[in-house]
Amino acid sequence: MLEGLVGGLFNGISIGAVLLIVALGLAIVFGLMGVINLAHGELMMLGAYTTYVVQNGANGLGDWAVESYILVALPLAFLVAALVGLLLERSVIRFLYGRPLETLLATWGVSLILRQFVRSVNWPMVIGLGVFALLFGVGRWILSRYTDWARIARWANPVVSILSAAIALVAGLVVQGAGNPTFTRAWFSTRNVDVTPPSWLRGGVSLGATLQFPSARLFIIALTILCLVAVYWFLNGTTWGLKMRSVTQNRAMSACLGIPTEQVDALTFALGSGLAGIAGCAVTLLGSVGPNLGGNYIVDAFMVVVVGGVGKLVGSIVAALLIGIVTYLVGSGTVALLLTGNEALQPVTDFFTFFATTSMAKVMVFALIIAFLQVRPAGLFPQKGRSVEA
Amino acid sequence: MTVNTSSQPRPSVSASRKRRLVIELGAIASIALVLALLMPLLLTGFRLGLLGRFLALAIVALGIDLIWGFTGLLSLGHGIFFALGGYAFAMHLQLNSLGEGQLPDFFGLYGVTQLPWFWQPFYSLPFTLIALGLVPAIVAGLLGYLVFRNRIRGVYFSILTQAALVVFFNFFNGQQKLINGTNGLKTDTSVFLGREVGSAAMQFIFYLVTVAALVLVYGLCRWLTSGRFGRLLVAIRDDENRVRFSGYNPAAFKVLVFAVSGGISGIAGALYTVQSGIISPQVMEIAFSIEMVIWVAVGGRATLVGAIFGAVLVNMARSLLSERFPDVWLFFQGALFLIVVTVLPDGIIGWLRRQFGLQVQRWLGLTSPTLLAQEAMAAEESSTNPLTEPQTLKEGQP
Repeated sequence: MLEGLVGGLFNGISIGAVLLIVALGLAIVFGLMGVINLAHGELMMLGAYTTYVVQNGANGLGDWAVESYILVALPLAFLVAALVGLLLERSVIRFLYGRPLETLLATWGVSLILRQFVRSVNWPMVIGLGVFALLFGVGRWILSRYTDWARIARWANPVVSILSAAIALVAGLVVQGAGNPTFTRAWFSTRNVDVTPPSWLRGGVSLGATLQFPSARLFIIALTILCLVAVYWFLNGTTWGLKMRSVTQNRAMSACLGIPTEQVDALTFALGSGLAGIAGCAVTLLGSVGPNLGGNYIVDAFMVVVVGGVGKLVGSIVAALLIGIVTYLVGSGTVALLLTGNEALQPVTDFFTFFATTSMAKVMVFALIIAFLQVRPAGLFPQKGRSVEA
Repeated sequence: MTVNTSSQPRPSVSASRKRRLVIELGAIASIALVLALLMPLLLTGFRLGLLGRFLALAIVALGIDLIWGFTGLLSLGHGIFFALGGYAFAMHLQLNSLGEGQLPDFFGLYGVTQLPWFWQPFYSLPFTLIALGLVPAIVAGLLGYLVFRNRIRGVYFSILTQAALVVFFNFFNGQQKLINGTNGLKTDTSVFLGREVGSAAMQFIFYLVTVAALVLVYGLCRWLTSGRFGRLLVAIRDDENRVRFSGYNPAAFKVLVFAVSGGISGIAGALYTVQSGIISPQVMEIAFSIEMVIWVAVGGRATLVGAIFGAVLVNMARSLLSERFPDVWLFFQGALFLIVVTVLPDGIIGWLRRQFGLQVQRWLGLTSPTLLAQEAMAAEESSTNPLTEPQTLKEGQP
């Protein structure tokens, strides 16, 4: 009985840890900028694919590399996702601040593009993109140096981008036509690929006769705690963290006091994206990697943010653990099991048995969340302040 | 906060208003006649079926325009209501084509011997016809009530509707015994009014019904949005607090309009189902519901015509592009989202209304100072950042 409870709690916490690590970046970005990033799941996916690539590279280097590739993959996943996030913020999202619904649609567009990108990326495509970036960057640089850029930006921007895109497309098509099949083959294709965890993450820690804690889940819990501590330290111990917190609380006032809000936004978005990359690296330990990986987690992660309330890390932590534990207890049938044998509670038992699958547990958790929002509409730890909305 | 440069008819000028109404009615009638009479002659059966499906999707787009364009609530969960309408009709069709005492085939696979209770009422056609709009409306109203009561709005509302969508998707997927789970319900081979639903004649009838339904729903939306009620919806979109302070209860109106929108989607779902031959939980995938929103955005928010236009246009582009280059479509669709949001926020119809007249005047050298001032004001307004204390900004503006 006790072992069952401890096991259930552990599983719940491990689900919660996965949710939390996915939701962490989302919560930071949403809390600071009010931006709903529907491409968050795809940034996770990029992190996961980075892990896959690192693992493939490690396979050629010998046993020690296979055992420790994850230590390289984690920071690399962070970097890749953060860079893509930075690019995304600079090129799209910064034009949409203050229009959350539009941002939502734009990031969905980005997520579609990223999803199809990993499906069909191959060398010609990469070459085409490189040509585009080169032409666009150089063209912009030359124009801004030798002309009155502010005056011509209105029409020059589209002209430069369309021109470089056209040349890049042609270059890509030429390479595509000239290359041999292995060269033009898609890197990942649409199929799911598997990441093999190092051997020290494959087993489990046994406790007693029936209790078994899988190492991968323990690793994820440890990683989540590490990320939390790092984020907490960053927000509370560094100058940029201070700036971020001040922008979260009052953007206009911070801008007046000389805090570069634009840089803070870019940094925050990159940080949130990087955390998504780490989350992606973490979930490779739990299952295979595919283009739709992000979609499986994104809605749950949003629920964590909604329940937790915006602007405080502790809200996300409590919400993720609560949702994880309830999902596990209901979904695994533990609640139903605990109630069996009691005749008077038979209808309640039947009720819980009905919800005792992973997908049906989601139904129940959602109902509970809606009920919870009736009591606390702004989440567990709402931001305090005087506003007409309070 | 859109600056409406298209001059609305003033209430006092009732004659010109009447004339505009007559023109509009004439335009609708002629378009409907073209769709109903001319298109069947021009298009092959397959293409006509596609058009019929797109028109059914245009009906959902109208529903979304009602709540997003006019009321400012971005619902990402309209797949729920679409599916509920489709399932309601499909259940009737399944029951209708059975002999006495028989059960739909799939029940046998899961050992169900007795018809579940909620299937029973769908034997009756009048009940079904009412239910396919009313059930989604009730579900939408209930969800809306629980959300709006607490002044949950903006992106929170969008996320919650999306979560609701995932929940319904899971539910419908998981319940093999009740509604055939993942496989969904087929309507192709079932019988309606004595004929097989999949037959060419029946499909043509459904096409005509879809055109008629589109006209009716358009009329309903036009009527809802043109009067006081419509102005109230726009007021809720632009500044809900002022509406509340003026003594209205915005939550009640939002619940009502969400329910109406849900009901409209249900009707669309039923029409779509009979024309595509199957309803399955797939229509409740996240992507589909967000796509519905982009149809409205492409056409132009808060224009109604734009919703129809956008739905048909985007779906046509989709079927053309994805037939030939299946890979390209997703890139194209992603780009469409980005372009519409960043470059063309008013959609095609909005752009035509605002820019086209302005451009023509500029070409003719007729630019008046007021128009330029209006344009400058619109540009300024769109560049201000509402995150920075919207209240104070508004007070400061002239």
